[in-house]
Amino acid sequence: MNWHAVKAIYEFEMARMGRTLLQSIVSPVVSTSLYFVVFGAAIGSRITEIDGVSYGTFIVPGLIMLSLLTESVSNASFGIYFPKYAGSIFELLSAPVSFVEIILGYVGAAATKSIILGGIILATATLFVDFTIAHPVWMVLFLVLTAITFSLFGFILGIWADNWEKLAIMPTLIITPLTFLGGSFYSISMLPPIWQTVTLFNPVVYLISGFRWSFFENADVAVGLSLAMTCGFLIACLITIWLIFKTGYRLRL
Amino acid sequence: MQTIISVENLSKSYDNGFQALNNVTLKIHKGEIFALLGPNGAGKTTLINIICGIVNPSSGKVLVDGHDIVREFRATRSMIGLVPQELVTESFESVWATVSFSRGLFGKPAAPEHLERVLKSLSLWDRKDSKILTLSGGMKRRVLIAKALSHEPQILFLDEPTAGVDVELRQDMWHVVRGLRESGVTIILTTHYIEEAEQIADRIGIINHGEIILVQEKVRLMRELGSKQLVLELQEQLRELPPQLDSYDLDVAKEGMELTYTYDSQAEHTGITALLGDLSAAGIKFHDVKTTQSSLEEIFVELVNKIR
Repeated sequence: MNWHAVKAIYEFEMARMGRTLLQSIVSPVVSTSLYFVVFGAAIGSRITEIDGVSYGTFIVPGLIMLSLLTESVSNASFGIYFPKYAGSIFELLSAPVSFVEIILGYVGAAATKSIILGGIILATATLFVDFTIAHPVWMVLFLVLTAITFSLFGFILGIWADNWEKLAIMPTLIITPLTFLGGSFYSISMLPPIWQTVTLFNPVVYLISGFRWSFFENADVAVGLSLAMTCGFLIACLITIWLIFKTGYRLRL
Repeated sequence: MQTIISVENLSKSYDNGFQALNNVTLKIHKGEIFALLGPNGAGKTTLINIICGIVNPSSGKVLVDGHDIVREFRATRSMIGLVPQELVTESFESVWATVSFSRGLFGKPAAPEHLERVLKSLSLWDRKDSKILTLSGGMKRRVLIAKALSHEPQILFLDEPTAGVDVELRQDMWHVVRGLRESGVTIILTTHYIEEAEQIADRIGIINHGEIILVQEKVRLMRELGSKQLVLELQEQLRELPPQLDSYDLDVAKEGMELTYTYDSQAEHTGITALLGDLSAAGIKFHDVKTTQSSLEEIFVELVNKIR
């Protein structure tokens, strides 16, 4: 195991976060604060409680997940796409590293950034609403698992994308709709029965449901199923990345 | 001589059907400077990229210091430093950050004193905190060399390292290369400046259309394949060659004031004595004589043209 390489990649990516602090941290925090102001304070005050929780509080886990998913995908996809675009990926491909070290470095850094961001948004939420976390260990577990899983997904996206448009369009066309329709702002029990069934095909439902359960002990789906689905998606991403490096897909000619 | 890189029956076909390498077999000796010459698209970069692990081979085998580049990639890649042809760098990083990154990536612990030595040898020390995007093309080339040397490789690939760089950098670079060779590093370079290969290389390999045409020690190559010319400056204009000189390989130049005889310097009989005798018999007098020898570039062009 080349731990020096893992450290080098991880520190290199984290340094990029330092250079793009405004984009990495401040923008998501500002947009999340706006969600709290609009949906929590303005509109939320006119919405009745959901499962015994005020609407402003109810959306906290969903908003954290929204930022976590978007930033995980964005950080990891950019991290690997940029050296591909600039051509400097030759160094990574010619280095004595396996896909494990590359993943630990790039995905580890992307997930770390997202987890830090999740923590900041959680802290920001306390400025707008009062809440307590029923199962803090589970909350951290879901936060970490989701950050890693979607960073892996972002990494795949960064390898697949061969232009900036593709890199930008996937989060916009897939991640954002899945998150919005995955119960970030509502409980899926509020949907008509047919849409409840359709919604169950959205993997983000399980992430948000499990994460929300760790806060309020209320869930759209069983917490065990949420955990299993999250782990399943994580394993699927790992297998895909293993295949990418084994075949050299869009990396090695 | 100990072999450090062994390429056996290596072939590469790209997805678009282009056959970049065709059954290449080549051995690189430990500690030598090997110049790989060939026209554009000959397969030089593909060969280097396969050895370094950037391109997958279609068939064949490559061993680096006895290790297979696919099965034992960690052992082989940690020995190799690569300076690519293109100026590809992380533009927003500082010189120091990118060089430190390269060292870590290749599995070496931090060694600021080594990096300082490398940067100083390439006249980059004063720019260590500069972002790469602020550097000139020549400076970026130096950064790529520094990155390749950051992890103390035993084998260094230089793919067109002097393309588009000024004389000062070339001199700096060849100074560094000579120093590396003295410390036992094996150097494989490709270059379009054949006079550079002529000056610095121990052995020359010529590749064309994905096939190795020739591998030879430079001195022997130039001796065996290089021809010599005897140039005679005539006292009087020669309008036409006398028939008794038809058997010689002679060219008349400078409006009949110069006569050039091309001969094989390795031949048992060069024919010079007989030629001088026949010239005297034909009444052709000269006031000066000089000899010239083919450059590596002329040998290269002749070899490549023969294959075409």
